[in-house]
Amino acid sequence: MEYLIGIQGPDFVLVAADNVAASSIIQMKQDQDKMFKLSDKILLLCVGEAGDTVQFAEYIQKNIQLYKMRNEHSLQQRYGNDLFPTPYHVNLLLAGFDETDGPGLYFMDYLSALAKAPFAAHGYGAYLTLSILDRYYRPDLTRDEAVELLKKCIEELNKRLIINLPSFSVRLIDKDGIHDLEKLVPVGAK
Amino acid sequence: GSESPIQFGQINPNIASNFINTLHQDLVLSFPPGFPPSCSPSVPLPFTMSHGTTTLAFIFQGGVIAAADTRSSCNGLVACPASQKILPVHSHLVGTTSGTSADCALWKRILARELRLYQLRHGRRLSTAGAAKLLAHMLHPFKGTELCVAATLCGWDGGERPSLYYVCSDGTRLQGELFSVGSGSPYAYSVLDGGVRWGLTVEEATSLARQAVYRATHRDAYSGNCVDVYHITSKGWARRDREDAEFKSQHP
Repeated sequence: MEYLIGIQGPDFVLVAADNVAASSIIQMKQDQDKMFKLSDKILLLCVGEAGDTVQFAEYIQKNIQLYKMRNEHSLQQRYGNDLFPTPYHVNLLLAGFDETDGPGLYFMDYLSALAKAPFAAHGYGAYLTLSILDRYYRPDLTRDEAVELLKKCIEELNKRLIINLPSFSVRLIDKDGIHDLEKLVPVGAK
Repeated sequence: GSESPIQFGQINPNIASNFINTLHQDLVLSFPPGFPPSCSPSVPLPFTMSHGTTTLAFIFQGGVIAAADTRSSCNGLVACPASQKILPVHSHLVGTTSGTSADCALWKRILARELRLYQLRHGRRLSTAGAAKLLAHMLHPFKGTELCVAATLCGWDGGERPSLYYVCSDGTRLQGELFSVGSGSPYAYSVLDGGVRWGLTVEEATSLARQAVYRATHRDAYSGNCVDVYHITSKGWARRDREDAEFKSQHP
């Protein structure tokens, strides 16, 4: 029922996540933030089994902070990936900007499969939006074009996905760090 | 001693499921396998019924209101019509309980103990957010076992502001302004969503909370009997008189 999406550009990564925290058929919270800041330029987006998501993400987050404190420099992006199969049932997107390697987006699932990808999505919504990304994505997207592509995906979810996802948090990572963009709120049925 | 509160002997879930009947119960009793015989429902349930309870809590200008029914059920038997589902943790924090009665009572006591120890060690009270995180982390090792606790922690932090957290034994921890937990929660949500506003007076908020629980007890078989209401302000928690759900709503 949850949805994550990431789009990598030449010098930025755009990520978005839905805001619903649900239990059975009830939306318990409509403003849940599913992005976890691992460092100034790395975000971890996390969905999956209730409880596991926050526990796992906070565990990684705190351990990376500890590493930074102990070693005076922060973990580079590609080492932020946990490659061990864990009992946590979580699906992740890891997005960041590295000093040497530039922007990067990594797709990881609960079996600890890891893939670097120009764009990626998790959740039932991924079935509806990956083909839109396949069709319109170009590696040299501008920031505005990436946001328009994201809006296309969310409009499609609004139209076809059986679950109502009322709003999405959006963030952009570039050499200057993590920027909060305006929340996307799809309106009305088409 | 120095034993961590989470180092209890965990029941192996494979052994546990043999003698604990997990169908619709608020009170865990040991039955021999096969008793009572379970009958499949003629109409399929829209979602798994669990947590035979209606509890709710919301924040408004006058603080936090917490309300709950008082029925403890076990497989269609009302094991106790006068149980307490809202348990005070300390002077400025109460918790509503849902799930297994014994688990909730135990973990509330453990939470109260740990919060008191924190207060003694650090010279200040832990915030509601901290208490919620502590409870969630204490419950996490039991994930996948039969332990079932779904609580909302309603408190007043540092003399400044009300706070409301939902904590569940599956690891969920959510901060919010309105929660309802239990099998009767969908019915309560629909009444509350139409009436909760920041500007409610204390009397209006109490009456709305009672109405919501009453409507849920009317529709949900596993909720019923009376309604407990607690009101938390900067001065601490105050308990309203327990009133019969039906009587109060028909004679406002």
